[in-house]
Amino acid sequence: MNDRLVPLPAASEWTFELLDRYHAEIARVAEEYGLDTYANQIEIITSEQMMDAYASVGMPVNYHHWSFGKHFLSTEKGYARGQMGLAYEIVINSDPCISYLMEENTMTMQALVIAHAAYGHNSFFKGNYLFRTWTNADAIIDYFLFARNYVAECEERHGEEEVELLLDSCHALMNVGVDRYKRPPKLSLFKEMQRQKEREAYLQSQVNAMWRTLPQRETREARTTEIRFPSEPQENLLYFIEKNAPLLEPWQREIVRIVRKVAQYFYPQRQTQVMNEGWATYWHYTILNTLYDQGLLADSFMLEFLQYHTSVVAQPAYNSRYYSGINPYALGFEMWKDIRRICEQPTDEDRDWFPELADTDWRKTFDFAMRNFKDESFIAQYLSPKLMRDFKLFSVLDDDKNDKLKIAAIHDEQGYRRVRKIMSDQYNLGSREPNIQVWNVDMRGDRTLTLRHHEYHRRPLGRSTDEVVKHVARLWGFAVRLEAVRDDGNVEIAREIKLEKRRH
Amino acid sequence: MFRIIDRRFDSKNKSAVNRQRFFRRFKGQIRKAVSDAISGRSITDIDNGESISIPSKDLSEPQFGHAREGEWETIYSGNDQYAAGDEVPRPMGGGQGRGKGASNEGESEDDFVFQLSREEFLNIFFDDLALPNLVKTQLARLVENKSVRAGFTSEGVPANINVVRSLRGALGRRLALGGPYREEIRQLEDEIDELRKTLADDDPEIRTRWERIERLRSKIDNIPWIDSFDLRYNNRVKIPVPSTSAVMFCVMDVSGSMDEEKKQISKRFFMLLYLFLKRTYEHIELVFIRHHTVAQEVDENEFFHSRESGGTVVSSALELMRDIVSERYANGMWNIYGAQASDGDNWENDSPACRQILAEHIMPFVQYFAYIEITTGEAQNLWREYLGVKESCKNFAMQRIEGITDIYPVFRELFKKKLA
Repeated sequence: MNDRLVPLPAASEWTFELLDRYHAEIARVAEEYGLDTYANQIEIITSEQMMDAYASVGMPVNYHHWSFGKHFLSTEKGYARGQMGLAYEIVINSDPCISYLMEENTMTMQALVIAHAAYGHNSFFKGNYLFRTWTNADAIIDYFLFARNYVAECEERHGEEEVELLLDSCHALMNVGVDRYKRPPKLSLFKEMQRQKEREAYLQSQVNAMWRTLPQRETREARTTEIRFPSEPQENLLYFIEKNAPLLEPWQREIVRIVRKVAQYFYPQRQTQVMNEGWATYWHYTILNTLYDQGLLADSFMLEFLQYHTSVVAQPAYNSRYYSGINPYALGFEMWKDIRRICEQPTDEDRDWFPELADTDWRKTFDFAMRNFKDESFIAQYLSPKLMRDFKLFSVLDDDKNDKLKIAAIHDEQGYRRVRKIMSDQYNLGSREPNIQVWNVDMRGDRTLTLRHHEYHRRPLGRSTDEVVKHVARLWGFAVRLEAVRDDGNVEIAREIKLEKRRH
Repeated sequence: MFRIIDRRFDSKNKSAVNRQRFFRRFKGQIRKAVSDAISGRSITDIDNGESISIPSKDLSEPQFGHAREGEWETIYSGNDQYAAGDEVPRPMGGGQGRGKGASNEGESEDDFVFQLSREEFLNIFFDDLALPNLVKTQLARLVENKSVRAGFTSEGVPANINVVRSLRGALGRRLALGGPYREEIRQLEDEIDELRKTLADDDPEIRTRWERIERLRSKIDNIPWIDSFDLRYNNRVKIPVPSTSAVMFCVMDVSGSMDEEKKQISKRFFMLLYLFLKRTYEHIELVFIRHHTVAQEVDENEFFHSRESGGTVVSSALELMRDIVSERYANGMWNIYGAQASDGDNWENDSPACRQILAEHIMPFVQYFAYIEITTGEAQNLWREYLGVKESCKNFAMQRIEGITDIYPVFRELFKKKLA
């Protein structure tokens, strides 16, 4: 069948006709490889619009907030001075999957982006379990639209400043406003609208009910049989505040909820950086090379493409001045390549380490790995000794009790497992970000909210902690205490914000 | 399913609202930065954007994060020398790629720098001066245009139809379109005349020709009398107005009593006049005259930044201005504007002389002369003498001011006249 293929014109300027033709070939190859994607919608935008998209975290619609303006200004400045180029593409996890192409890109770049975003990322969004459970692709744009309108309505009714302060506080808690383990129900605009009014009324009544029991006189029995609330620690601060903060008005709860939903929507992306970027990079590389092998792409196209590709997957060494940590594109790309190698040409070492992969159909293995892992588990499962050697990975232990750094493990037989474990941990959001939970509310007393920070490897909280605790207090409406739980189990009070009678 | 959508012509500036929000929230800091920028700028340079920097700690977005203490184990790539168990002094890799823990919180000591556009810059400048909105838009406008006639076009609005031109066009078209028919009719008539000599009038040969002529006549009649194609419209184009030159005299007292703050107020006063003149004149020259007991023509930098002390003889500056006018700007090609700033102190006996020079040698030649007295104290003799000038000259304005918001009223008459 391949003799029917017509080579694609090699042009540096793209046209709509060329986009169509290139896309048709890319789509054909992607299908041959069995990539399952949402429908694709490709939007051509200008660099200015790209900066707009940057500023609103890539979403075509978003509510208004000064922080987006700040991001816009810094992007604009960097771009105007040539300090940074804009990303070649932004892709939105929605159905249809929207990819932005910048009009300045050459034809080669456009083809690269189509293969990378519209087939690589797109299939990942559709397949990976985190995206499947946590984001509802067909409703997300509608939800953002709902959010923007709702926030705008609140601004009209309650004033921009009031809403802005509330959003500031919610944004400060975004990273601790996600369900890490629970699976949330799905979103849909229709249900959302319908339920929102009921929810307002219901939530308020629940909160009221909870606190109505409060003014009872303290009795001896009550002291001895103190009931803890919440009965179990809660990991999602925004959720807890939305449901339980005593003084919030219904519209404020709804806004807390909106920020929480947005945080939750972006949570899978933060957990699958290596996998997702590696996957998309692997597929643009594979699809375009396949097209080249079939004689469809000109040499000039390939040279330009390879130049982009190699700069994307470059991994500088630790002592290079370009080093800024492990490049997720490089690690991800090499890992996917390596998995295929293990499936197709396993060495004895590979058979030892990956008996379940060796000599299997690589497409099935790919599909399984893409669907069922996140960065942390993906690395723990698939990072091979060969790759650790290729990257010359080594692990450095920085303990502030010691004067010197210690090389804990290197890419050798004794070190493989430790390097892999540390690498995996590096991508575990649970250890990368502080573990802070709602511990208790003083139901009988002054309603103080107690948060607990479970220290990980004796790491204390950073400098902006005070600010964040103030934001918690603003939302909670009463005093907030932050306790630190040491590695040995001792508990100390780390921060305390007392509030006199005030509302915002 | 696959779809390509061209969004390039969709609304730009989606972030405009967020940008405004940002400005509103950090108004205080931005204003201060603008104010600093004005102090550092030349008067003629007021009309540009500005790069503004705010300490980034003021606009951090806090999150819970780790401090770089405790125990951290990190993977690096590119091992070239280490074996397990080696000990290495801090920091790793010659200090590169470190501090990641701290930057997790999005905090950095650097200032946040961004660019204000010309409009935004002027807006903040105007806000401080308490300018009325109409004046603001007038000043911020780039070019003023005058509309002049420029022939005719074939497209336009009905109100601009030129009847004579349109009908002339229609006539020409009718003649041109009917020409071939008439030609043929003439030919047929000639043939009929010829045939009549041999044939009877109702001979079929002749009759068919008459019928043919009838058809052609009706064809000519069917040519539209006027067609949208014939319409001609009066054309007007905008050309930028004024193309004349002006000279602006900045006169300032630099005696010891004029402190830095008063000089800054004066600077804004001069800037405002300059901005106004820039709307009206294409080419503006600036003359800076500073004085204490003697007057001196200086460049802008010296004008604002050198310190002098001693007494004050205002007439010296006015005399110098008079001389410069008669020497360089007396040929009638120049529109002359004067702006004087002082704290009101003058040597007692000098004030009547000032009035005399102003009234007799300066006011007749200038378009406008504005005087501000930056003081909170009692009015002194210079003020009283100037009041006399004000009574006799309509193009003289004076104002006692304390802060920059008081500057605008000095120009009120000037702006009113020009805007009307």
